[in-house]
Amino acid sequence: MPNIILLGTRKGTVIVDRSNSVWQPRPIEHAGIPVCYAARDPRDGTFWASLDHGHWGPKLSRSRDGGATWQDVLSLKYPEGARYIVKVLPTPDFDPLTPTGQPEYADATVFKIWTIAFGTAAQPGRLYAGTIPGGLFVSDDGGETWELNRPLWNHESRGGNLFAGDATSENRWFGTPASIDYGVFEPGIHSIVLDPRNPQHIYVAVSSAGVIESTDGGQTWAGRNRGMLNDYMPNPEAEWGHDPHFVTACAAQPDHLWQQNHCGVFYSGDGAANWRKVSLPDAGVHFGFPIAVDPQDGSTAWVVPARGDSARMAISGGLCIARTTDGGQSWQVKRQGLPQAHAYDIVLRHGLDVSGDCLCFGSTSGNVYFSEDRGETWQCLGNNFPPVYSVRFG
Amino acid sequence: MPTVEMTSHLYRFFPALENREIKVPIGSVAEVLQAVNEIAPGFTNYVLDEHGALRRHVNLSINDTIVIDHKTLSDHVPDKAVVYIFQALSGG
Repeated sequence: MPNIILLGTRKGTVIVDRSNSVWQPRPIEHAGIPVCYAARDPRDGTFWASLDHGHWGPKLSRSRDGGATWQDVLSLKYPEGARYIVKVLPTPDFDPLTPTGQPEYADATVFKIWTIAFGTAAQPGRLYAGTIPGGLFVSDDGGETWELNRPLWNHESRGGNLFAGDATSENRWFGTPASIDYGVFEPGIHSIVLDPRNPQHIYVAVSSAGVIESTDGGQTWAGRNRGMLNDYMPNPEAEWGHDPHFVTACAAQPDHLWQQNHCGVFYSGDGAANWRKVSLPDAGVHFGFPIAVDPQDGSTAWVVPARGDSARMAISGGLCIARTTDGGQSWQVKRQGLPQAHAYDIVLRHGLDVSGDCLCFGSTSGNVYFSEDRGETWQCLGNNFPPVYSVRFG
Repeated sequence: MPTVEMTSHLYRFFPALENREIKVPIGSVAEVLQAVNEIAPGFTNYVLDEHGALRRHVNLSINDTIVIDHKTLSDHVPDKAVVYIFQALSGG
């Protein structure tokens, strides 16, 4: 059973330790600073936190002594010449089929370091970070230096190689509402999935573009959105413009991928070659942000159903978890130990994690719940945390 | 020499700047900030983005005048001027 949980919250990093079967939070770290993601590198035990300073720019913070002390890491930066085609928020009369004139270009600046991923055991020092506005950064020295993955940045689905000149193709990546806080409407990479069998095999998920795969270590990328349905577009089966809220894969069966999307829950049993919608709206399993897959069994996954999409809160005031053990053919809703009246929680995309038989999730209402029996029953770890952005077992 | 003053929030990250008078050579705003960065390495990463432009939610004034050139920070900082660095907004 895991002994540490890291919470990334609106007001800092909270580390929760388990001792003598009791979970106890430590005093908050990075007090007062929004932390959009915090996690422990299983390879060397380093703790990482992505600080989302409102004024001073995004920063990574690192602890090599189990969270006792933290140091700023020189932040990742876009190289000179990294441009993107500006997206604007759609107006009510927006017609996505009608070109909106000449593209407008902007120099890229890191607005948010949305997620951090740790390389495989065969890649010591390899780290990945996903940003708004849609950059994948790679480090091979434990985060001392970072480099933008240019093939993804220059992908034809977002305008071609803008380092070299103007667009040669249309930008089909849409903005994410999560970028509006930064005064822009740009895409963001929030999910990075690595294949434990093959370090050259990488998936990233982009809001709002979709899932993209590389099988050559990031030299080339291809969209993997077949079977996705995008309810808010004129053509729901369009290749691009999808809004995966979170994508994850089974560690022991990496061809089993799961996606909580804006438009439902989707499952792929063939390495994202084909996705299948496995939502059951009548059971409340449709909208939500996070998804977790069993580390051993790729057919078992959990979601936190929510009332979508403009409401974004627990359904009918009752908080629940839904679990499938058959690849999404059926879902069982679990409520024991969770509040069933006057609950308005929403759990964000990084707010749910699984480790063995244990699950934990935290909501923007500051509630954190833990289960040690695969989601059957839940205990509350606290009701007064700051709004929770991420939950990760250490 | 110009003087640099700043929001106390920045002292949390750069304690070397607290409880001292920060005097820097005459120059452009960009040069003034670089001079502060020599006292407190990493300082410019907090107030400038990767292109050397002032971050969106950071304001900077020379005496009572807020600088207009946020992009290249070319405004001249004369002798005896005071450069103020402060947040452009606050949150909850």
